[in-house]
Amino acid sequence: MASSATVTANQLIIMAELKLFRTWSSPFPLRVVWALDFKGIQYDTIFEDLSNKSSLLLQYNPIYKKVPVLVHNGKPLLESLVILEYIDETWKQTPLLPEDPYERATARFWAKFGDDKVLPSIWNVFIKQGKDQEEAIVTAQENLGFVERQLTGKKFFNGETIGFVDLAFGWLAKLLSLWEEVCGVTLIDHEKFPLLSEWIQNFADAPIIKESWPPRDKLITKYQALLEVYTSKEAPK
Amino acid sequence: MAHEVVLLDFWPSMFGMRVRVALAEKGIKYEYKEEDLRNKSPLLLKMNPIHKKIPVLIHNGKPVCESLVIVQYIDEVWKDKNPFLPSDPYHKAHSRFWADFIEQKVYDTARKIWATKGEEQEVAKKEFIETFKILEGELGEKPFFGGETFGFVDIALITFYSWFYTYETFGNFSIEAECPKIIAWAKRCMQKESVANSLPDQKKIYEFTVWMKKYFGMD
Repeated sequence: MASSATVTANQLIIMAELKLFRTWSSPFPLRVVWALDFKGIQYDTIFEDLSNKSSLLLQYNPIYKKVPVLVHNGKPLLESLVILEYIDETWKQTPLLPEDPYERATARFWAKFGDDKVLPSIWNVFIKQGKDQEEAIVTAQENLGFVERQLTGKKFFNGETIGFVDLAFGWLAKLLSLWEEVCGVTLIDHEKFPLLSEWIQNFADAPIIKESWPPRDKLITKYQALLEVYTSKEAPK
Repeated sequence: MAHEVVLLDFWPSMFGMRVRVALAEKGIKYEYKEEDLRNKSPLLLKMNPIHKKIPVLIHNGKPVCESLVIVQYIDEVWKDKNPFLPSDPYHKAHSRFWADFIEQKVYDTARKIWATKGEEQEVAKKEFIETFKILEGELGEKPFFGGETFGFVDIALITFYSWFYTYETFGNFSIEAECPKIIAWAKRCMQKESVANSLPDQKKIYEFTVWMKKYFGMD
């Protein structure tokens, strides 16, 4: 396995043209940033303004018109978790997924659980009020309980080092506390979720991850504004 | 004697069907266990405690959940026969993207066609046709989504075909009229034993849906 410090001729050819379309704040392109940075891969970044999408973005992702898009030698890759697997298969250093098919299936299951259930349930806590929010909290904590148990005996979901599932859940390490602060609800605490709390600390402060976070004050402003939009929708007329 | 491969399933589920097709494609012998979803078995609850859903593949006692995760697992374990995914990373990613598109776009919309009425149903029909027109575009002139051979994306989509008569009858429309290439592709898939033996008869699915609507008071 090539060490991350050595760049072979092959890798130079593969690296030839790599562009990542992202926004300053979206957590999904961040997964791709992390994967590429972990593997020591060079790439160009194009920041998109989603209220004014570039014609290139629309050309590369006509179906969803979203970020991230990774363009490798002119060919677009879409959907962050699909992109992560592509990166892992194309550049073999610092593998993100295990080799064993059962462990790979387990990793894919947890990444899907994160996106399909955990994230939407936490988002619901953020945007809802009153009784709806109380119900959302119950669901979110149930989901987080499953995640907590998955960390039993491990520092990261991947074991000793960061891997696919850690990157998939990476948004949790920064956005959860942020959303808790903005909407005034605490979803996890050190007593009830000791492993998850540890993981959040370890992940957020890990090299490469640490340097990648968008500015916190800017994120707070963004989510405060978003919350106002949701609360004004729900306000009695 | 314990079976090496067990599938917990529910016969009308298009998600369970995907796993049946995948196992048949690889020629894997397995034990099929029908679940009564109103009375889930202790085994199901133990093997899928998070979602409590089928399909679950149990391989040497260890559970794999979520149909497309299972299909990829089957492809990776029994890798020497009928690969479902192309070998090069870009085309693999392309297949995964389209399987994910099917996952995101088909089920909820399709469900609304038989489960709702009036305006909601009309919107669902429109979205359904739009989605399948996009899929037709992706299929192009290829015999299968996988190209010359039946593959991952074909497996992800073909199982919905068993529900087409149900959608058309409740929705009062013809999928073939709107998306003839999709029907041609589906019939091509149905010529494969692995598919034909894994999908229930379309009329049986319709009868099941009629029964289910009555049972849950959805009429």
